[in-house]
Amino acid sequence: MATMTMAKALNAALADAMLDDERVVVFGEDVGQLGGVFRITDGLQARFGDKRCFDTPLAEAGIVGFAVGLAMSGLRPVVEMQFDAFAYPAFEQIASHVAKLRNRTRGALSVPMVIRVPYAGGIGGVEHHCDSSEAYYAHTPGLKVVTPATVADAYSLLREAIDDPDPVVFMEPKKLYFASAEADLPARTEPFGRAVVRRPGRDATRVASGPAVPLILEAAEAAREEGWDLEVIDVRTIVPFDDVTVTDSVRRTGRCVVVQEAQGFAGVGAEIAARVQERCFHALHAPVLRVAGLDIPYPAPMLEHTHLPSVDRVLDAVARLQWDDQPDPRWLTEGSAA
Amino acid sequence: MTSTPQAVRRASPRKRRPATPAAPDPSAVLLPQAEPVRLLNPDGSPLPARADYPEPPVAALREMYRRMVVGRRFDAQATALTKQGRLAVYPSSRGQEACQVGGVLALRDDDWVFPTYRESMALTARGIDPVEVLTLLRGDWHCGYDPAVRRTAPQCTPLATQCVHAAGLAYGESYQGRDTVALVYIGDGATSEGDFHEGVNFAAVFKAPVVYFVQNNRYAISVPLSRQTAAPSLAYKGVGYGVPSEQVDGNDPVAVLAVLHRAVAHARAGKGPFLVEAHTYRMEPHTNADDQTRYRDADEVEAWRDRDPIARLESYLRARDVLDDAAVAEVAEQAEAYAARLRERMNAQPTVDPLSLFEHVYAQPTPQLVEQREQVRAELAAAREGDA
Repeated sequence: MATMTMAKALNAALADAMLDDERVVVFGEDVGQLGGVFRITDGLQARFGDKRCFDTPLAEAGIVGFAVGLAMSGLRPVVEMQFDAFAYPAFEQIASHVAKLRNRTRGALSVPMVIRVPYAGGIGGVEHHCDSSEAYYAHTPGLKVVTPATVADAYSLLREAIDDPDPVVFMEPKKLYFASAEADLPARTEPFGRAVVRRPGRDATRVASGPAVPLILEAAEAAREEGWDLEVIDVRTIVPFDDVTVTDSVRRTGRCVVVQEAQGFAGVGAEIAARVQERCFHALHAPVLRVAGLDIPYPAPMLEHTHLPSVDRVLDAVARLQWDDQPDPRWLTEGSAA
Repeated sequence: MTSTPQAVRRASPRKRRPATPAAPDPSAVLLPQAEPVRLLNPDGSPLPARADYPEPPVAALREMYRRMVVGRRFDAQATALTKQGRLAVYPSSRGQEACQVGGVLALRDDDWVFPTYRESMALTARGIDPVEVLTLLRGDWHCGYDPAVRRTAPQCTPLATQCVHAAGLAYGESYQGRDTVALVYIGDGATSEGDFHEGVNFAAVFKAPVVYFVQNNRYAISVPLSRQTAAPSLAYKGVGYGVPSEQVDGNDPVAVLAVLHRAVAHARAGKGPFLVEAHTYRMEPHTNADDQTRYRDADEVEAWRDRDPIARLESYLRARDVLDDAAVAEVAEQAEAYAARLRERMNAQPTVDPLSLFEHVYAQPTPQLVEQREQVRAELAAAREGDA
């Protein structure tokens, strides 16, 4: 066991993948000599040469489209989008080609590749550097969408993403890059499609992914002081989604709060809440609640703490889970004029 | 075809061009010639031979003629199939036969083609089963042929996106020690898309062996070339990326093949991408669903009939005594037989399997897709019981 950051674990995953499979090539903006603006590709060019790890022209559609061609030629590209919002120019390539090539060609072509996206906020980043963009990708059939919340998962999920026969959008929570934890590399954690119970609890289930996982773990400790024993589930792979682990938990606890950093409307949390409600209706003692970012463009750094879900907001939602079997007062007045 | 663009310029017999200086200005090497390369007059009579673009061998020209005639007949048959309801839509490339056929004839079988939706003729000229080519437009699946086997990407409807794929594929091939060339077909309108510029730039920076082949047929559906660019010609777009470029009379089959031979040789020699603009004309509306009377005069279309590429090549080959009435009749017969066979095969109603919708979304379906597949399976079973 060694203490290391998520950034270091991601770096090690890339290096080990390049060592194990010479088809793996890593490229993007500033990933070569500089090692990436977050240093995730640090040292790869020096170690593997500038054919295996290289800088490209500054054009995200070009980077992803180039990766499509490389994958067609038999290579395994891993590309870096420098920041969440800077991936948007590549969206047509991702939605129309990366996601669809296997399907369009009845499996004759596949484009195994990893698109790494440093995402989400909480780092005081300026405009266009803090979007939680996972829903765009999760809404696109043909993509797998993965986000680690722990150091060991960062390593293991990235290795699995690179080995996966399908394209993976690998969302890296920037806020967690430099959080340290004990990890024993090469770590292999649960495979794609498996959510993990990070903290068992009896009273209610909280579901989150990526940057919101440490938040709900912290909230669970605070809730214990108020007498609630909360279960925490880390989704890990948004696509494919693990209905079984989530529904098993909610059927036991009878209550569920879904937490995400992204704006709430039409987000991944809404999908999870709907799925829980569909599958667990008779086990629920309260409506499934969501705690999400506000439905606003990502705010300026000095205002982001108002936007992002906080421990207080999560606890407030837990308090509204109808413990005394009373309707949630928040909804009583809505639409009552009619 | 190993001469450098610089040497080519020096050897050019053109009178109006100044001699290339000893230390050439790089842009002078990259820029296309001021006029499109032409080796035949519109009536098929030959222009003086030129050192920069040697005439392709007669056998290649005869084969080009054959494929153009068959290609035009295929195109007419496909348009007819839309009227019979067998195709949802068909974008014709009538009038562009020299480009359609020239692009694939200039390549080896193991080279890659990156076509658009207008390249059905090119793909059949490449030997792909016409029914598989028309699968997209018939609507029983998206891509009907196996791109890996055919070394031909799916026909691309999002404009210019294939320009970047070709750069990646060509680079990946050379990275793995293969001398594959990728040829990208795009139209004039698509040169306005960002992915055209990103593709050409990536190919240039990584010295990827790609030929970008722009068929400038003067219209992007209804929008004329003047709304796409203020450049003197689309071939001028290469210089900004450091890519040598040429323009060619796209209705002169001999010139098209000669220029593409050089472009492909340049790419295969490891010198990076090459951009070719072919000046041609779309004789038919954008698709059968388009009304071209709203944006162009019949006179304009009529005028282009005099520059018909097939008549031009036929006249030239006849004058050289390498094509006679019997050979022309034989090719016409082949074309008719090809169309008849296609018509017959397209009359069969294709079978589609709703359960196949779930097969190729991922290598393995997700649990959610398995659930949905079972739902559809149950729906189908219920429908069958209802029918029984």
